[in-house]
Amino acid sequence: MEVLERYESLVDDFEAFRAACERPLPSVVRVNTIKTTVDRAGRALADADIEFEPCWHEGLFALPEDQPGTNWPYAHGWLHGQEEVSAVPAEVLDPEPGERVWDACAAPGSKTTQLAALMADSGTLVATDSNLGRISALRSNAERMGVTNVAITHEDARNHSLKPFVEGRSGSDDGAAEPLYDRALVDVPCSCEGTIRKNPDTLDEWTLSHVEGISGVQKGILRRAIQTTRPGGTVVYSTCTFAPEENEAVLDHALAEEPCELVDFAIPLEHTSGVTEWQDESFDPTVSKAKRIYPHHNDTGGFFCAKLAVTGE
Amino acid sequence: MSEDTETSTDSGAAPENDGSRFDRLPATDDEREVPSRPTRAEVLDWWAERFDVPPAVFDGHTFWEKGSGKIWAYAGDAPSPIAIEGLGMAFLRTRREHWKPTLEAVQRFGDHADRNVVALSEGEAATFLAGEDQELDWDGDWGYLIVVHELAGEPEPLGVALYVHGELRSQVPKGRRRDFRD
Repeated sequence: MEVLERYESLVDDFEAFRAACERPLPSVVRVNTIKTTVDRAGRALADADIEFEPCWHEGLFALPEDQPGTNWPYAHGWLHGQEEVSAVPAEVLDPEPGERVWDACAAPGSKTTQLAALMADSGTLVATDSNLGRISALRSNAERMGVTNVAITHEDARNHSLKPFVEGRSGSDDGAAEPLYDRALVDVPCSCEGTIRKNPDTLDEWTLSHVEGISGVQKGILRRAIQTTRPGGTVVYSTCTFAPEENEAVLDHALAEEPCELVDFAIPLEHTSGVTEWQDESFDPTVSKAKRIYPHHNDTGGFFCAKLAVTGE
Repeated sequence: MSEDTETSTDSGAAPENDGSRFDRLPATDDEREVPSRPTRAEVLDWWAERFDVPPAVFDGHTFWEKGSGKIWAYAGDAPSPIAIEGLGMAFLRTRREHWKPTLEAVQRFGDHADRNVVALSEGEAATFLAGEDQELDWDGDWGYLIVVHELAGEPEPLGVALYVHGELRSQVPKGRRRDFRD
């Protein structure tokens, strides 16, 4: 927990923040609208005498007394266990049916399957991951949820190739094709500080050099997402960590290097703005449009989310 | 196998399925190049004949083969062939004489089925989902059946069973089994 002391200057009520980080989180499930409706899923839980409570978004239920995987609606792929803040970025990206969407760091697929449901399982959802073992979990979650609009690729998202999806193009292997996507979700690997309520050991191996190293990976993935999204398209960047090195600093880098801008968005959860200064660094002032969700705000995990528009210039 | 072999017409040998990539099924027999590969028309006919699922249910999906006889249903756009890790949902196995739908296909499309559908009580459904076989009186066809049970007030497809010799054999894959028996 000492790691969290470094954020004392950023957090509004640091004692409440610390106390929240020490409490466990309830099980939360998301209703899979590809296979059922929110009403029918609620009825199936009620019929099985499983207590559930609504969360911040329609179709998210907290199960105070139950594990997500041990009931009939789960066996039918009607429910997916997903922490409630982890449902934020797909809602912010807000893909529409029929669009082309890239999920840059997709496994194990909580957000991928949520994107597929928002797209009404139509259009093309390219889901990328660099780890074959995790892709197996992604595939199994997507199939359990009945997703059919997903195309799964195994590659480093920083070098994501559009070539497999562009018919008739051959020769160059560098994936240098026209931007393919209307929207991209960049929910990057991170130091996961915000998941401490779910995984109390998560900070045991925390090092500043890991944070700085992974920040370089995050910058590369966000840049590739902007490059492969058409002008006028939307990119959402998110992490489950508090470290500005992995959040605002990554946005600041993308703003300097790629044709994009941060845009305002609304979420029905308490949060604070992105920080424009951290230690010796200051960031582009528009990073304040990003949102920081601390565990004590809404009694959830911690989260960071930013919405970018690709400008093309 | 290289792409050249697949498209070759003068080597004498018939093209074979390449298990490392997804190939879109030919629409009909006339377009078939890989002799072992089923056509889209055959797949639609099979769902219609076996389960009375109308072909229009699959209007939004293309069908692909990866791995010998393993057919996938995909709602998005992709050129054929495409060498990636996944494309939609694995939904039908056609390698053996009797074609077999996947549990995932039945859960997703099985509510359109009107034939070879067996409705189980909650206790029987729990036995089925646990992966156990059970004796069952069934007047219909032998072979692969769609198992449904009541959930939230309506019959809901749960998976695939093989019915032979008075026994309903659960085909639920290990990873999807759950034991909800009392």
